[in-house]
Amino acid sequence: MGNRILIPLYKKEVAPRFDLALEALIVSCGEEGPGAEERVVVLPHASAEEMCNLILTEKVDTVICGGIAEEHYQYLLWKKVRVLDSVIGPYDVVLERFLEGRLKQGETLEQAKKTGVLNGRRA
Amino acid sequence: MPYIGGLFPNERVVLSSFINAFPVGALILDTNRRVVLLNRALEGLLGLSSEEAEGLPCYAVLRARACLRSCPALALDTASESVSVESDIINRERQLVPVRITTSAVKGFEGNLVGFLEVIEDLRAMQGLHEEGPTAFSFGGIVGKSPEMEKIFRILPVLAESDSSILITGETGTGKDVIAEAIHHVSNRAKGPFIKVNCGALPETLLESELFGHTKGAFTGAVDDKPGRFRMANNGTLYLTEIGDLPLPLQVKLLTFLDDKTVYPIGSTRGYSVDVRVIAATHRNLEEMVAKGTFRKDLFYRLNVVRLHLPALRERGEDILLLLDHFVRLFSHKLNKTIDGFSPQALAKLKKYPYPGNVRELRNIVEYAVNVCDARVISPRHLPPYLLESEQEQAALMARTPVDTTAGMQASPLADFASTDNWSDIERKIILDALARAKGRRNEAARLLGWARSTLWRKMKQYKIN
Repeated sequence: MGNRILIPLYKKEVAPRFDLALEALIVSCGEEGPGAEERVVVLPHASAEEMCNLILTEKVDTVICGGIAEEHYQYLLWKKVRVLDSVIGPYDVVLERFLEGRLKQGETLEQAKKTGVLNGRRA
Repeated sequence: MPYIGGLFPNERVVLSSFINAFPVGALILDTNRRVVLLNRALEGLLGLSSEEAEGLPCYAVLRARACLRSCPALALDTASESVSVESDIINRERQLVPVRITTSAVKGFEGNLVGFLEVIEDLRAMQGLHEEGPTAFSFGGIVGKSPEMEKIFRILPVLAESDSSILITGETGTGKDVIAEAIHHVSNRAKGPFIKVNCGALPETLLESELFGHTKGAFTGAVDDKPGRFRMANNGTLYLTEIGDLPLPLQVKLLTFLDDKTVYPIGSTRGYSVDVRVIAATHRNLEEMVAKGTFRKDLFYRLNVVRLHLPALRERGEDILLLLDHFVRLFSHKLNKTIDGFSPQALAKLKKYPYPGNVRELRNIVEYAVNVCDARVISPRHLPPYLLESEQEQAALMARTPVDTTAGMQASPLADFASTDNWSDIERKIILDALARAKGRRNEAARLLGWARSTLWRKMKQYKIN
Protein backbone atom coordinates (compact mmCIF):
# COMPACT_ATOMS: atom_id res chain seq x y z
CA MET A 1 0.00 0.00 0.00
CA GLY A 2 1.35 3.45 -0.89
CA ASN A 3 2.10 6.20 1.61
CA ARG A 4 0.42 9.04 -0.22
CA ILE A 5 -2.92 8.68 -1.99
CA LEU A 6 -4.69 11.15 -4.25
CA ILE A 7 -8.37 10.98 -5.20
CA PRO A 8 -9.77 13.52 -7.70
CA LEU A 9 -13.13 14.63 -6.31
CA TYR A 10 -16.55 15.49 -7.65
CA LYS A 11 -18.34 16.77 -4.54
CA LYS A 12 -18.44 13.75 -2.20
CA GLU A 13 -17.59 11.19 -4.85
CA VAL A 14 -14.55 9.96 -6.75
CA ALA A 15 -14.60 12.27 -9.79
CA PRO A 16 -15.95 10.44 -12.86
CA ARG A 17 -13.25 12.13 -14.98
CA PHE A 18 -9.62 12.64 -13.96
CA ASP A 19 -9.26 15.52 -16.45
CA LEU A 20 -12.36 17.40 -15.30
CA ALA A 21 -11.88 17.32 -11.52
CA LEU A 22 -11.46 20.67 -9.78
CA GLU A 23 -10.56 19.24 -6.38
CA ALA A 24 -8.39 16.41 -5.15
CA LEU A 25 -8.09 14.74 -1.78
CA ILE A 26 -4.56 13.95 -0.65
CA VAL A 27 -4.14 11.46 2.16
CA SER A 28 -0.87 10.68 3.89
CA CYS A 29 -0.33 7.52 5.85
CA GLY A 30 2.20 8.59 8.49
CA GLU A 31 3.60 6.75 11.47
CA GLU A 32 0.37 7.46 13.37
CA GLY A 33 -1.43 5.07 11.04
CA PRO A 34 -3.40 5.17 7.82
CA GLY A 35 -5.26 8.33 6.92
CA ALA A 36 -3.18 10.37 9.40
CA GLU A 37 -3.31 13.51 7.31
CA GLU A 38 -6.02 14.52 4.88
CA ARG A 39 -6.35 17.69 2.88
CA VAL A 40 -8.27 18.86 -0.15
CA VAL A 41 -6.42 20.75 -2.88
CA VAL A 42 -8.47 23.02 -5.14
CA LEU A 43 -7.22 23.45 -8.70
CA PRO A 44 -7.63 26.79 -10.51
CA HIS A 45 -9.15 24.96 -13.47
CA ALA A 46 -9.74 21.39 -14.56
CA SER A 47 -6.76 19.99 -16.41
CA ALA A 48 -5.28 16.50 -16.60
CA GLU A 49 -1.79 17.93 -17.01
CA GLU A 50 -2.11 20.04 -13.85
CA MET A 51 -3.51 17.06 -11.96
CA CYS A 52 -0.49 14.99 -13.10
CA ASN A 53 1.79 17.81 -12.02
CA LEU A 54 0.12 17.93 -8.59
CA ILE A 55 0.53 14.15 -8.26
CA LEU A 56 4.25 14.37 -8.97
CA THR A 57 4.96 17.45 -6.82
CA GLU A 58 3.03 15.94 -3.91
CA LYS A 59 4.99 12.68 -4.37
CA VAL A 60 1.80 10.65 -4.53
CA ASP A 61 2.19 6.85 -4.68
CA THR A 62 -1.37 5.84 -5.57
CA VAL A 63 -4.11 7.59 -7.52
CA ILE A 64 -7.71 6.40 -7.20
CA CYS A 65 -9.87 7.87 -9.93
CA GLY A 66 -12.77 7.36 -12.33
CA GLY A 67 -12.17 7.68 -16.07
CA ILE A 68 -8.67 8.56 -17.16
CA ALA A 69 -7.34 8.82 -20.73
CA GLU A 70 -4.74 6.26 -21.77
CA GLU A 71 -1.96 8.83 -22.24
CA HIS A 72 -2.29 10.15 -18.68
CA TYR A 73 -2.63 6.63 -17.27
CA GLN A 74 0.54 5.52 -19.06
CA TYR A 75 2.36 8.70 -18.03
CA LEU A 76 1.58 8.09 -14.35
CA LEU A 77 2.63 4.44 -14.61
CA TRP A 78 5.86 5.56 -16.23
CA LYS A 79 6.38 7.90 -13.28
CA LYS A 80 5.89 4.86 -11.04
CA VAL A 81 2.54 6.03 -9.70
CA ARG A 82 0.01 3.23 -9.14
CA VAL A 83 -3.38 4.04 -10.70
CA LEU A 84 -6.67 2.40 -9.71
CA ASP A 85 -9.09 3.76 -12.29
CA SER A 86 -12.79 3.33 -13.14
CA VAL A 87 -13.65 3.36 -9.43
CA ILE A 88 -17.19 4.57 -8.64
CA GLY A 89 -18.42 5.53 -5.18
CA PRO A 90 -18.31 8.06 -2.32
CA TYR A 91 -14.67 8.99 -1.69
CA ASP A 92 -14.71 8.26 2.05
CA VAL A 93 -15.97 4.70 1.52
CA VAL A 94 -13.54 4.19 -1.37
CA LEU A 95 -10.65 5.43 0.79
CA GLU A 96 -11.66 3.23 3.70
CA ARG A 97 -11.80 0.21 1.43
CA PHE A 98 -8.42 1.06 -0.10
CA LEU A 99 -6.81 1.44 3.33
CA GLU A 100 -8.19 -1.99 4.22
CA GLY A 101 -6.50 -3.34 1.09
CA ARG A 102 -9.81 -4.38 -0.49
CA LEU A 103 -10.21 -1.88 -3.33
CA LYS A 104 -9.89 -3.18 -6.89
CA GLN A 105 -9.47 -1.43 -10.21
CA GLY A 106 -12.84 -0.83 -11.90
CA GLU A 107 -14.78 -1.38 -8.69
CA THR A 108 -18.28 0.05 -8.26
CA LEU A 109 -19.25 0.42 -4.64
CA GLU A 110 -22.81 -0.51 -3.79
CA GLN A 111 -23.17 2.85 -2.01
CA ALA A 112 -22.85 4.57 -5.43
CA LYS A 113 -26.19 3.07 -6.40
CA LYS A 114 -27.90 4.70 -3.43
CA THR A 115 -26.09 8.01 -3.12
CA GLY A 116 -24.61 10.26 -5.77
CA VAL A 117 -24.46 13.93 -6.55
CA LEU A 118 -27.63 14.45 -8.46
CA ASN A 119 -28.31 18.05 -7.60
CA GLY A 120 -30.87 19.84 -9.68
CA ARG A 121 -34.56 20.13 -10.20
CA ARG A 122 -35.31 16.48 -10.71
CA ALA A 123 -32.85 14.79 -8.41
CA MET B 1 -37.02 -6.82 -16.09
CA PRO B 2 -38.13 -3.44 -17.61
CA TYR B 3 -40.92 -3.74 -20.19
CA ILE B 4 -43.25 -1.62 -22.33
CA GLY B 5 -46.99 -2.26 -21.95
CA GLY B 6 -49.72 -1.30 -24.38
CA LEU B 7 -47.55 -1.22 -27.50
CA PHE B 8 -49.02 -4.46 -28.74
CA PRO B 9 -52.41 -5.76 -27.64
CA ASN B 10 -52.17 -8.24 -24.76
CA GLU B 11 -48.35 -8.36 -24.94
CA ARG B 12 -45.71 -6.61 -22.92
CA VAL B 13 -42.47 -5.91 -24.76
CA VAL B 14 -39.15 -6.50 -22.98
CA LEU B 15 -37.47 -3.10 -23.15
CA SER B 16 -33.97 -4.47 -23.77
CA SER B 17 -35.10 -6.33 -26.89
CA PHE B 18 -36.49 -3.02 -28.12
CA ILE B 19 -33.47 -0.77 -27.56
CA ASN B 20 -30.86 -3.42 -28.41
CA ALA B 21 -32.03 -3.09 -32.00
CA PHE B 22 -30.74 0.52 -32.13
CA PRO B 23 -27.51 0.75 -34.12
CA VAL B 24 -26.35 3.64 -31.87
CA GLY B 25 -25.83 3.76 -28.11
CA ALA B 26 -28.98 4.30 -26.04
CA LEU B 27 -29.49 4.75 -22.33
CA ILE B 28 -32.69 4.89 -20.31
CA LEU B 29 -32.69 6.90 -17.09
CA ASP B 30 -35.31 7.26 -14.37
CA THR B 31 -36.51 10.66 -13.17
CA ASN B 32 -33.56 10.83 -10.77
CA ARG B 33 -31.22 10.33 -13.73
CA ARG B 34 -30.11 6.91 -12.58
CA VAL B 35 -29.47 4.22 -15.16
CA VAL B 36 -32.32 1.80 -15.87
CA LEU B 37 -30.90 0.18 -18.98
CA LEU B 38 -28.06 0.43 -21.54
CA ASN B 39 -28.43 -1.07 -24.99
CA ARG B 40 -25.88 -3.44 -26.54
CA ALA B 41 -24.26 -0.72 -28.71
CA LEU B 42 -23.64 1.49 -25.67
CA GLU B 43 -22.31 -1.46 -23.67
CA GLY B 44 -19.79 -1.92 -26.47
CA LEU B 45 -18.87 1.76 -26.58
CA LEU B 46 -18.50 2.12 -22.80
CA GLY B 47 -17.10 -1.33 -22.03
CA LEU B 48 -19.65 -1.72 -19.26
CA SER B 49 -22.65 -4.05 -19.04
CA SER B 50 -26.19 -2.89 -18.36
CA GLU B 51 -26.27 -4.93 -15.14
CA GLU B 52 -23.14 -3.20 -13.83
CA ALA B 53 -24.53 0.24 -14.69
CA GLU B 54 -28.05 -0.24 -13.32
CA GLY B 55 -28.89 2.16 -10.51
CA LEU B 56 -25.78 4.33 -10.95
CA PRO B 57 -26.02 8.08 -11.57
CA CYS B 58 -25.75 8.72 -15.34
CA TYR B 59 -22.58 10.86 -15.04
CA ALA B 60 -20.71 7.97 -13.36
CA VAL B 61 -21.60 5.64 -16.23
CA LEU B 62 -21.25 7.92 -19.27
CA ARG B 63 -18.37 10.00 -17.89
CA ALA B 64 -19.22 12.68 -20.46
CA ARG B 65 -17.85 16.19 -20.27
CA ALA B 66 -21.39 17.53 -20.83
CA CYS B 67 -22.76 15.59 -17.82
CA LEU B 68 -20.26 17.22 -15.48
CA ARG B 69 -20.48 20.75 -16.93
CA SER B 70 -24.23 21.10 -17.55
CA CYS B 71 -26.45 18.06 -17.46
CA PRO B 72 -28.42 17.81 -20.77
CA ALA B 73 -31.40 16.29 -18.94
CA LEU B 74 -31.59 19.33 -16.68
CA ALA B 75 -31.50 21.57 -19.75
CA LEU B 76 -34.75 20.00 -20.97
CA ASP B 77 -37.64 22.22 -20.06
CA THR B 78 -41.20 21.03 -20.19
CA ALA B 79 -41.79 22.36 -23.71
CA SER B 80 -38.73 20.96 -25.45
CA GLU B 81 -38.84 17.53 -26.97
CA SER B 82 -35.11 16.82 -26.95
CA VAL B 83 -31.74 18.49 -26.55
CA SER B 84 -28.57 17.57 -28.41
CA VAL B 85 -24.99 18.39 -27.37
CA GLU B 86 -21.56 17.43 -28.67
CA SER B 87 -19.24 16.19 -25.97
CA ASP B 88 -16.69 13.48 -25.22
CA ILE B 89 -16.56 10.44 -22.97
CA ILE B 90 -13.75 8.31 -21.53
CA ASN B 91 -14.65 4.65 -21.82
CA ARG B 92 -13.38 1.69 -19.76
CA GLU B 93 -10.57 1.17 -22.29
CA ARG B 94 -9.38 4.72 -21.45
CA GLN B 95 -10.23 6.02 -24.92
CA LEU B 96 -11.39 9.62 -25.21
CA VAL B 97 -14.32 9.32 -27.63
CA PRO B 98 -16.10 12.32 -29.20
CA VAL B 99 -19.86 11.80 -29.01
CA ARG B 100 -23.16 13.52 -29.67
CA ILE B 101 -25.67 13.10 -26.83
CA THR B 102 -29.35 13.58 -27.61
CA THR B 103 -31.55 13.60 -24.51
CA SER B 104 -35.32 13.27 -24.70
CA ALA B 105 -37.90 13.23 -21.96
CA VAL B 106 -39.96 10.06 -21.68
CA LYS B 107 -43.54 10.94 -20.88
CA GLY B 108 -46.18 8.86 -19.13
CA PHE B 109 -49.80 8.34 -20.17
CA GLU B 110 -50.87 11.63 -18.64
CA GLY B 111 -47.95 13.65 -19.94
CA ASN B 112 -46.02 13.28 -16.73
CA LEU B 113 -42.25 12.78 -16.82
CA VAL B 114 -41.30 9.16 -16.20
CA GLY B 115 -37.67 9.20 -17.28
CA PHE B 116 -35.19 10.09 -20.01
CA LEU B 117 -33.87 8.47 -23.16
CA GLU B 118 -30.33 9.39 -24.16
CA VAL B 119 -28.92 8.49 -27.56
CA ILE B 120 -25.13 8.50 -27.77
CA GLU B 121 -23.52 8.63 -31.21
CA ASP B 122 -19.84 7.86 -31.65
CA LEU B 123 -18.37 10.70 -33.75
CA ARG B 124 -14.86 9.25 -34.21
CA ALA B 125 -15.33 8.22 -37.83
CA MET B 126 -16.95 11.54 -38.73
CA GLN B 127 -14.33 13.69 -36.99
CA GLY B 128 -11.53 11.76 -38.65
CA LEU B 129 -13.03 12.59 -42.04
CA HIS B 130 -13.20 16.33 -41.29
CA GLU B 131 -9.75 16.63 -39.73
CA GLU B 132 -7.69 14.67 -42.21
CA GLY B 133 -9.60 15.45 -45.37
CA PRO B 134 -8.97 13.52 -48.53
CA THR B 135 -5.32 12.54 -48.90
CA ALA B 136 -3.86 11.10 -52.07
CA PHE B 137 -2.39 7.60 -51.84
CA SER B 138 -4.32 6.77 -48.69
CA PHE B 139 -7.18 4.66 -47.40
CA GLY B 140 -8.72 5.11 -43.97
CA GLY B 141 -5.60 6.74 -42.52
CA ILE B 142 -3.12 4.36 -44.18
CA VAL B 143 -0.66 6.09 -46.46
CA GLY B 144 1.36 4.53 -49.27
CA LYS B 145 1.96 4.46 -53.02
CA SER B 146 4.32 1.52 -53.38
CA PRO B 147 3.07 -1.34 -55.60
CA GLU B 148 2.62 -3.51 -52.47
CA MET B 149 0.35 -0.92 -50.84
CA GLU B 150 -1.51 -0.20 -54.08
CA LYS B 151 -2.43 -3.88 -54.19
CA ILE B 152 -3.80 -3.59 -50.65
CA PHE B 153 -5.71 -0.38 -51.39
CA ARG B 154 -7.32 -2.08 -54.40
CA ILE B 155 -8.47 -5.07 -52.37
CA LEU B 156 -9.61 -3.23 -49.19
CA PRO B 157 -12.93 -1.82 -50.48
CA VAL B 158 -13.79 -5.27 -51.84
CA LEU B 159 -13.00 -6.85 -48.47
CA ALA B 160 -15.05 -4.22 -46.66
CA GLU B 161 -18.07 -5.04 -48.85
CA SER B 162 -17.87 -8.74 -48.06
CA ASP B 163 -18.67 -10.22 -44.67
CA SER B 164 -16.00 -12.92 -44.58
CA SER B 165 -13.50 -13.38 -41.76
CA ILE B 166 -10.18 -11.71 -42.45
CA LEU B 167 -6.73 -12.70 -41.26
CA ILE B 168 -4.23 -9.83 -41.23
CA THR B 169 -0.58 -10.75 -40.94
CA GLY B 170 2.54 -8.64 -40.90
CA GLU B 171 5.42 -7.63 -38.69
CA THR B 172 4.89 -5.50 -35.62
CA GLY B 173 4.15 -1.85 -36.44
CA THR B 174 3.00 -2.45 -40.01
CA GLY B 175 -0.52 -1.15 -39.29
CA LYS B 176 -2.64 -4.25 -38.71
CA ASP B 177 -4.88 -2.46 -36.18
CA VAL B 178 -5.33 0.56 -38.45
CA ILE B 179 -6.29 -1.66 -41.39
CA ALA B 180 -8.81 -3.61 -39.28
CA GLU B 181 -10.46 -0.41 -38.10
CA ALA B 182 -10.44 1.06 -41.62
CA ILE B 183 -12.17 -2.06 -42.98
CA HIS B 184 -14.83 -1.77 -40.27
CA HIS B 185 -15.44 1.92 -40.97
CA VAL B 186 -16.04 1.44 -44.70
CA SER B 187 -18.04 -1.75 -44.29
CA ASN B 188 -21.81 -2.06 -43.92
CA ARG B 189 -21.16 -2.62 -40.23
CA ALA B 190 -19.68 0.88 -39.73
CA LYS B 191 -22.68 1.96 -37.64
CA GLY B 192 -22.17 -1.02 -35.35
CA PRO B 193 -19.47 -1.33 -32.70
CA PHE B 194 -15.82 -2.12 -33.38
CA ILE B 195 -14.56 -4.14 -30.45
CA LYS B 196 -10.89 -4.97 -30.08
CA VAL B 197 -9.60 -7.79 -27.90
CA ASN B 198 -5.92 -8.55 -27.40
CA CYS B 199 -5.76 -12.35 -27.08
CA GLY B 200 -2.25 -12.16 -25.66
CA ALA B 201 -3.01 -9.69 -22.88
CA LEU B 202 -5.16 -11.82 -20.56
CA PRO B 203 -4.79 -15.23 -18.92
CA GLU B 204 -6.91 -18.03 -20.39
CA THR B 205 -9.72 -18.05 -17.79
CA LEU B 206 -10.19 -14.28 -17.89
CA LEU B 207 -10.03 -14.20 -21.65
CA GLU B 208 -12.79 -16.80 -21.94
CA SER B 209 -15.08 -14.75 -19.72
CA GLU B 210 -14.07 -11.54 -21.52
CA LEU B 211 -14.85 -12.98 -24.96
CA PHE B 212 -17.86 -15.19 -24.32
CA GLY B 213 -19.25 -13.68 -21.08
CA HIS B 214 -20.47 -15.50 -17.99
CA THR B 215 -23.61 -15.94 -15.94
CA LYS B 216 -24.00 -14.85 -12.35
CA GLY B 217 -22.48 -17.44 -10.02
CA ALA B 218 -20.63 -19.31 -12.80
CA PHE B 219 -17.42 -19.04 -10.75
CA THR B 220 -16.15 -17.30 -7.61
CA GLY B 221 -16.32 -13.57 -8.23
CA ALA B 222 -18.97 -13.78 -10.98
CA VAL B 223 -21.38 -11.54 -9.10
CA ASP B 224 -23.27 -10.41 -12.20
CA ASP B 225 -24.11 -11.60 -15.67
CA LYS B 226 -21.54 -10.42 -18.17
CA PRO B 227 -22.41 -10.34 -21.87
CA GLY B 228 -18.85 -10.77 -23.23
CA ARG B 229 -17.20 -9.07 -26.18
CA PHE B 230 -18.87 -11.21 -28.84
CA ARG B 231 -22.31 -10.08 -27.74
CA MET B 232 -21.13 -6.49 -27.31
CA ALA B 233 -19.91 -6.55 -30.93
CA ASN B 234 -23.32 -7.63 -32.24
CA ASN B 235 -23.95 -6.08 -35.70
CA GLY B 236 -20.37 -4.86 -35.72
CA THR B 237 -16.84 -6.19 -35.95
CA LEU B 238 -14.81 -8.10 -33.39
CA TYR B 239 -11.10 -7.60 -33.89
CA LEU B 240 -8.97 -10.29 -32.30
CA THR B 241 -5.39 -9.10 -32.23
CA GLU B 242 -2.47 -11.45 -31.42
CA ILE B 243 -4.65 -14.42 -32.41
CA GLY B 244 -1.51 -16.55 -32.41
CA ASP B 245 -1.46 -16.22 -28.59
CA LEU B 246 -5.00 -17.59 -28.19
CA PRO B 247 -4.82 -20.69 -25.92
CA LEU B 248 -5.79 -23.99 -27.58
CA PRO B 249 -9.02 -24.59 -25.57
CA LEU B 250 -10.30 -21.16 -26.60
CA GLN B 251 -9.34 -21.84 -30.20
CA VAL B 252 -11.92 -24.66 -30.15
CA LYS B 253 -14.55 -22.34 -28.69
CA LEU B 254 -13.79 -19.65 -31.29
CA LEU B 255 -14.03 -22.22 -34.07
CA THR B 256 -17.42 -23.35 -32.79
CA PHE B 257 -18.58 -19.75 -32.78
CA LEU B 258 -17.35 -19.14 -36.33
CA ASP B 259 -19.29 -22.19 -37.46
CA ASP B 260 -22.67 -21.59 -35.81
CA LYS B 261 -22.47 -17.87 -34.82
CA THR B 262 -23.79 -18.66 -31.35
CA VAL B 263 -22.16 -17.63 -28.07
CA TYR B 264 -22.45 -19.78 -24.94
CA PRO B 265 -21.46 -17.72 -21.85
CA ILE B 266 -19.59 -19.60 -19.10
CA GLY B 267 -22.11 -21.30 -16.82
CA SER B 268 -25.00 -20.94 -19.25
CA THR B 269 -26.75 -23.65 -21.22
CA ARG B 270 -28.49 -21.04 -23.32
CA GLY B 271 -26.79 -19.88 -26.50
CA TYR B 272 -27.04 -16.34 -27.87
CA SER B 273 -27.10 -15.87 -31.59
CA VAL B 274 -24.95 -12.90 -32.63
CA ASP B 275 -24.09 -11.32 -35.94
CA VAL B 276 -20.41 -10.44 -35.74
CA ARG B 277 -17.69 -10.20 -38.33
CA VAL B 278 -14.38 -11.48 -37.05
CA ILE B 279 -11.10 -9.90 -38.10
CA ALA B 280 -8.01 -11.55 -36.64
CA ALA B 281 -4.40 -10.40 -36.75
CA THR B 282 -1.04 -11.71 -35.72
CA HIS B 283 2.64 -11.09 -36.24
CA ARG B 284 3.34 -14.79 -35.79
CA ASN B 285 3.74 -17.34 -38.57
CA LEU B 286 0.50 -19.29 -38.22
CA GLU B 287 1.48 -21.92 -40.83
CA GLU B 288 4.54 -22.70 -38.72
CA MET B 289 2.40 -22.82 -35.56
CA VAL B 290 -0.03 -25.18 -37.27
CA ALA B 291 2.88 -27.44 -38.27
CA LYS B 292 4.13 -27.42 -34.67
CA GLY B 293 0.64 -28.16 -33.34
CA THR B 294 0.35 -24.94 -31.31
CA PHE B 295 -2.42 -23.52 -33.51
CA ARG B 296 -5.42 -25.53 -34.69
CA LYS B 297 -5.38 -26.31 -38.38
CA ASP B 298 -9.19 -26.10 -38.70
CA LEU B 299 -9.31 -22.65 -37.04
CA PHE B 300 -6.49 -21.47 -39.26
CA TYR B 301 -8.41 -22.49 -42.40
CA ARG B 302 -11.58 -20.92 -41.00
CA LEU B 303 -9.89 -17.57 -40.32
CA ASN B 304 -7.78 -17.65 -43.43
CA VAL B 305 -10.81 -17.07 -45.70
CA VAL B 306 -9.27 -13.78 -46.75
CA ARG B 307 -5.61 -13.19 -46.01
CA LEU B 308 -4.10 -9.74 -46.01
CA HIS B 309 -0.35 -9.52 -45.57
CA LEU B 310 1.04 -6.09 -44.76
CA PRO B 311 4.54 -5.52 -46.10
CA ALA B 312 7.33 -4.40 -43.80
CA LEU B 313 8.34 -0.78 -44.28
CA ARG B 314 11.75 -1.76 -45.70
CA GLU B 315 9.90 -3.50 -48.55
CA ARG B 316 7.89 -0.38 -49.37
CA GLY B 317 10.68 1.66 -51.02
CA GLU B 318 9.59 5.25 -51.67
CA ASP B 319 6.74 5.01 -49.14
CA ILE B 320 9.26 6.02 -46.49
CA LEU B 321 9.44 9.52 -48.00
CA LEU B 322 5.68 9.75 -48.31
CA LEU B 323 5.21 8.65 -44.70
CA LEU B 324 7.89 11.05 -43.44
CA ASP B 325 6.13 13.90 -45.19
CA HIS B 326 2.71 12.77 -43.92
CA PHE B 327 3.81 12.51 -40.28
CA VAL B 328 5.74 15.81 -40.35
CA ARG B 329 2.57 17.56 -41.48
CA LEU B 330 0.47 15.69 -38.92
CA PHE B 331 2.70 16.41 -35.93
CA SER B 332 3.50 20.00 -36.99
CA HIS B 333 -0.23 20.64 -37.03
CA LYS B 334 -0.80 18.81 -33.73
CA LEU B 335 2.07 20.53 -31.92
CA ASN B 336 1.35 23.88 -33.53
CA LYS B 337 4.79 24.19 -35.14
CA THR B 338 5.91 25.38 -38.55
CA ILE B 339 8.22 22.75 -39.97
CA ASP B 340 8.82 22.56 -43.70
CA GLY B 341 10.51 19.15 -43.82
CA PHE B 342 13.90 17.48 -43.46
CA SER B 343 17.39 18.62 -44.36
CA PRO B 344 19.08 16.46 -47.06
CA GLN B 345 21.44 15.00 -44.40
CA ALA B 346 18.57 14.03 -42.08
CA LEU B 347 16.64 12.60 -45.00
CA ALA B 348 19.64 10.53 -46.08
CA LYS B 349 19.92 9.06 -42.58
CA LEU B 350 16.21 8.33 -42.41
CA LYS B 351 16.24 6.66 -45.83
CA LYS B 352 19.11 4.40 -44.82
CA TYR B 353 17.62 3.27 -41.51
CA PRO B 354 16.10 -0.26 -41.68
CA TYR B 355 13.02 0.45 -39.42
CA PRO B 356 12.67 -2.86 -37.57
CA GLY B 357 9.60 -1.35 -35.81
CA ASN B 358 8.11 -0.39 -39.21
CA VAL B 359 5.59 2.47 -39.59
CA ARG B 360 5.09 2.75 -35.82
CA GLU B 361 8.81 3.35 -35.35
CA LEU B 362 8.95 5.86 -38.21
CA ARG B 363 5.99 7.71 -36.72
CA ASN B 364 7.68 7.82 -33.31
CA ILE B 365 10.94 9.06 -34.83
CA VAL B 366 9.10 11.89 -36.62
CA GLU B 367 7.11 12.76 -33.49
CA TYR B 368 10.37 12.98 -31.51
CA ALA B 369 12.03 15.08 -34.20
CA VAL B 370 9.09 17.51 -34.49
CA ASN B 371 9.03 17.86 -30.69
CA VAL B 372 12.76 18.52 -30.46
CA CYS B 373 13.09 20.67 -33.60
CA ASP B 374 13.60 24.37 -32.92
CA ALA B 375 14.01 25.38 -36.57
CA ARG B 376 11.92 25.19 -39.74
CA VAL B 377 13.85 22.18 -41.04
CA ILE B 378 14.61 18.94 -39.19
CA SER B 379 18.35 18.23 -39.26
CA PRO B 380 20.29 15.15 -37.99
CA ARG B 381 20.69 16.68 -34.51
CA HIS B 382 16.90 16.59 -34.07
CA LEU B 383 16.70 12.86 -34.76
CA PRO B 384 16.69 10.32 -31.88
CA PRO B 385 20.31 9.54 -30.89
CA TYR B 386 19.87 5.79 -31.38
CA LEU B 387 19.37 6.38 -35.11
CA LEU B 388 22.81 7.94 -35.41
CA GLU B 389 24.38 5.24 -33.23
CA SER B 390 22.88 2.52 -35.36
CA GLU B 391 24.22 4.23 -38.45
CA GLN B 392 27.68 4.37 -36.92
CA GLU B 393 27.40 0.65 -36.15
CA GLN B 394 26.48 -0.05 -39.75
CA ALA B 395 29.30 2.12 -41.02
CA ALA B 396 31.76 0.42 -38.68
CA LEU B 397 30.55 -2.95 -39.85
CA MET B 398 30.97 -1.94 -43.47
CA ALA B 399 34.44 -0.56 -42.78
CA ARG B 400 35.47 -3.78 -41.07
CA THR B 401 34.17 -5.95 -43.90
CA PRO B 402 37.02 -6.72 -46.27
CA VAL B 403 35.86 -5.45 -49.64
CA ASP B 404 37.92 -5.09 -52.77
CA THR B 405 37.46 -1.61 -54.09
CA THR B 406 38.10 -2.64 -57.67
CA ALA B 407 36.84 -5.71 -59.45
CA GLY B 408 35.73 -7.42 -56.25
CA MET B 409 33.26 -4.62 -55.57
CA GLN B 410 30.89 -5.93 -58.21
CA ALA B 411 30.63 -9.26 -56.46
CA SER B 412 30.51 -7.83 -52.96
CA PRO B 413 27.18 -7.69 -51.10
CA LEU B 414 27.88 -4.04 -50.41
CA ALA B 415 27.45 -3.33 -54.10
CA ASP B 416 23.75 -4.00 -53.53
CA PHE B 417 23.58 -1.60 -50.61
CA ALA B 418 22.60 1.41 -52.65
CA SER B 419 19.84 -0.39 -54.46
CA THR B 420 18.10 -1.77 -51.40
CA ASP B 421 16.87 -0.37 -48.11
CA ASN B 422 16.74 -3.74 -46.39
CA TRP B 423 19.53 -3.82 -43.84
CA SER B 424 18.77 -7.39 -42.72
CA ASP B 425 19.28 -8.65 -46.28
CA ILE B 426 22.54 -6.79 -46.58
CA GLU B 427 23.83 -8.10 -43.28
CA ARG B 428 22.83 -11.64 -44.22
CA LYS B 429 24.71 -11.31 -47.50
CA ILE B 430 27.77 -9.92 -45.69
CA ILE B 431 27.79 -12.94 -43.36
CA LEU B 432 27.38 -15.41 -46.23
CA ASP B 433 30.13 -13.67 -48.15
CA ALA B 434 32.49 -13.79 -45.15
CA LEU B 435 31.70 -17.48 -44.62
CA ALA B 436 32.41 -18.18 -48.29
CA ARG B 437 35.71 -16.32 -48.07
CA ALA B 438 36.63 -18.20 -44.91
CA LYS B 439 35.66 -21.48 -46.63
CA GLY B 440 33.04 -22.18 -43.97
CA ARG B 441 35.35 -21.66 -40.96
CA ARG B 442 33.34 -19.63 -38.49
CA ASN B 443 36.34 -18.40 -36.49
CA GLU B 444 37.89 -17.04 -39.65
CA ALA B 445 34.60 -15.53 -40.84
CA ALA B 446 34.15 -13.78 -37.48
CA ARG B 447 37.73 -12.44 -37.72
CA LEU B 448 37.06 -11.15 -41.26
CA LEU B 449 33.91 -9.42 -40.06
CA GLY B 450 35.63 -8.00 -37.00
CA TRP B 451 33.05 -9.62 -34.75
CA ALA B 452 33.28 -11.87 -31.72
CA ARG B 453 32.51 -15.51 -32.50
CA SER B 454 29.39 -15.33 -30.31
CA THR B 455 28.10 -12.32 -32.30
CA LEU B 456 28.50 -14.23 -35.56
CA TRP B 457 26.78 -17.29 -34.04
CA ARG B 458 23.88 -15.13 -32.80
CA LYS B 459 23.46 -13.38 -36.15
CA MET B 460 23.66 -16.68 -38.05
CA LYS B 461 20.90 -18.02 -35.85
CA GLN B 462 18.90 -14.84 -36.40
CA TYR B 463 19.17 -15.14 -40.19
CA LYS B 464 18.75 -18.93 -40.11
CA ILE B 465 22.13 -19.59 -41.72
CA ASN B 466 23.24 -23.19 -41.06
